Amino acid sequence: MHGLINRAIQSFVCATYGQSCWLRVTEVAELGFVEFEAMLVYDDDMTVRVLDALCADLNRPRAEMLEDLGTYLVSHPKMEDLRRLLRFGGVIYVEFLHSLDDLSDRVRLAVSDLCLPALELREVSPTEYQLRCFPGLPGYSSVMVGVLRAMADDYGALAMLSHEGQEGAAEVISIVLVESAFAEGRNFDLGARKS
Amino acid sequence: MDTGDLGALLETLCPMFVLVDETGRILRVGPTLQKLRPDQQMAGKSFVDVFKLVRPRAVKSVSALMSLAGAKLHLKLHDTPSTALKGLIAPLPQGKGAVINLSFGISILDAVRDYALTSADFSGTDLAIELLYLVEAKSAAMEASRSLNLRLQGAMLAAEEQALTDMLTGLKNRRAMDVFLGHLISGSTPFALMHLDLDYFKSVNDRFGHAAGDYVLQQAAQIMIEETRSDDTVARIGGDEFVIIFRGLIDEKVLSAVAGRLIERLKKPMEFESNTCRISASIGTALSTQFVSLKAAEILHAADLALYEAKRKGRSRHALYSALAELGQEGTTTGTPSE
Repeated sequence: MHGLINRAIQSFVCATYGQSCWLRVTEVAELGFVEFEAMLVYDDDMTVRVLDALCADLNRPRAEMLEDLGTYLVSHPKMEDLRRLLRFGGVIYVEFLHSLDDLSDRVRLAVSDLCLPALELREVSPTEYQLRCFPGLPGYSSVMVGVLRAMADDYGALAMLSHEGQEGAAEVISIVLVESAFAEGRNFDLGARKS
Repeated sequence: MDTGDLGALLETLCPMFVLVDETGRILRVGPTLQKLRPDQQMAGKSFVDVFKLVRPRAVKSVSALMSLAGAKLHLKLHDTPSTALKGLIAPLPQGKGAVINLSFGISILDAVRDYALTSADFSGTDLAIELLYLVEAKSAAMEASRSLNLRLQGAMLAAEEQALTDMLTGLKNRRAMDVFLGHLISGSTPFALMHLDLDYFKSVNDRFGHAAGDYVLQQAAQIMIEETRSDDTVARIGGDEFVIIFRGLIDEKVLSAVAGRLIERLKKPMEFESNTCRISASIGTALSTQFVSLKAAEILHAADLALYEAKRKGRSRHALYSALAELGQEGTTTGTPSE
């Protein structure tokens, strides 16, 4: 598993549940270290052990935990870089949804060895969409539900998201737009620079 | 199609166009281009008054500009911020003026910031947004790589520090010597400790460079290895400082003979890339048996004092700590060392 994914989990756990929780998790998962490096690649099994240990430690179901991870990736101030990259997808939420088809290609453009599963958006009606998450990364669809929910907030759109289960190999997320300009979204300045 | 229709068409396709008439007066500009000078209506002005042609430089007049159809133009705005622009000119039929399409080129990063541009300011086919995306994504990835490199470098330095070998000479390093000395002391094995300092080494380094200095250190190390037994320990503990520990050897006559041979050989000129490097050595020797309750720092300090005495006497010499002690220059042999 790519270090960026492991690092995301580490960062989520530390920011949400504290450093001590993360240290317990790394110990139970028998990693032999406490810091993932973002630019190294690790055994897939390590990630599985970390998630198992985390769910056991907090006594929470995995899908719920991964949704929170997805929300964290977009909404936490530490993750501003990632939020900005996602906002490049479109000016409004629906445009962003359509850009998800290109997400795995965009990611590979930035980090060539980070392969995310393919996503495919289908428009059921102008207010109803289905996102198909293809296999390759267990739990990806749960993370995406969290990401989509947080991005809706970011754009100021009101959307209802739910897991629709499997369809063939893909997992389906349903997105119902209640209002596309529900609230003032967060600011996105194209030319913003880090201070 | 009249220029009004043409202007409307251009507004959709290229939001940074300039439409000029045959005299070079600006008839209409795209909305994004106008955004660069919100307080200054571009339409109505002369093209060359708003834009300055950087390349090709020679072109000053409008008619000369018209002759550049199809060529790549490099322009700037006259006033600040004088954002660099790339352009292409296409003359209209029957000499009715021209369309000049502009874009930011490499100045795009500054431009989006300076003029607070948004995605809506770029045409749907423009790669500007993808470029901005890529710049940010790559910077973030680069930052992650850079921080990994820094951490790896730190780990490498720590590992080198911990290693027991001096990389340049292949001798033991300071850390290895400390460990070895500790073992000897706790095992109560009698031993002699020689502190050897190369004389004039700095001048070799200064005159012939570090490569010569490194060569001399390697040669000196080789001599020390050859002049000692295989179970003696030779360590480089500083730039031109060495410690030799003779396990089980406390005969001062033998030690003085070894020291003499070392100095004799180290004094011989060394050739490096047709330069003759001359060094020598001063040596101070102390015995473990000279201390009541021996500590590593003490015997090192004692050998150091003897070395200092050897230097004081004019270098290329060997001094025994016992001689110093007898002379009363070092009052107590069990006192706390000054270091």
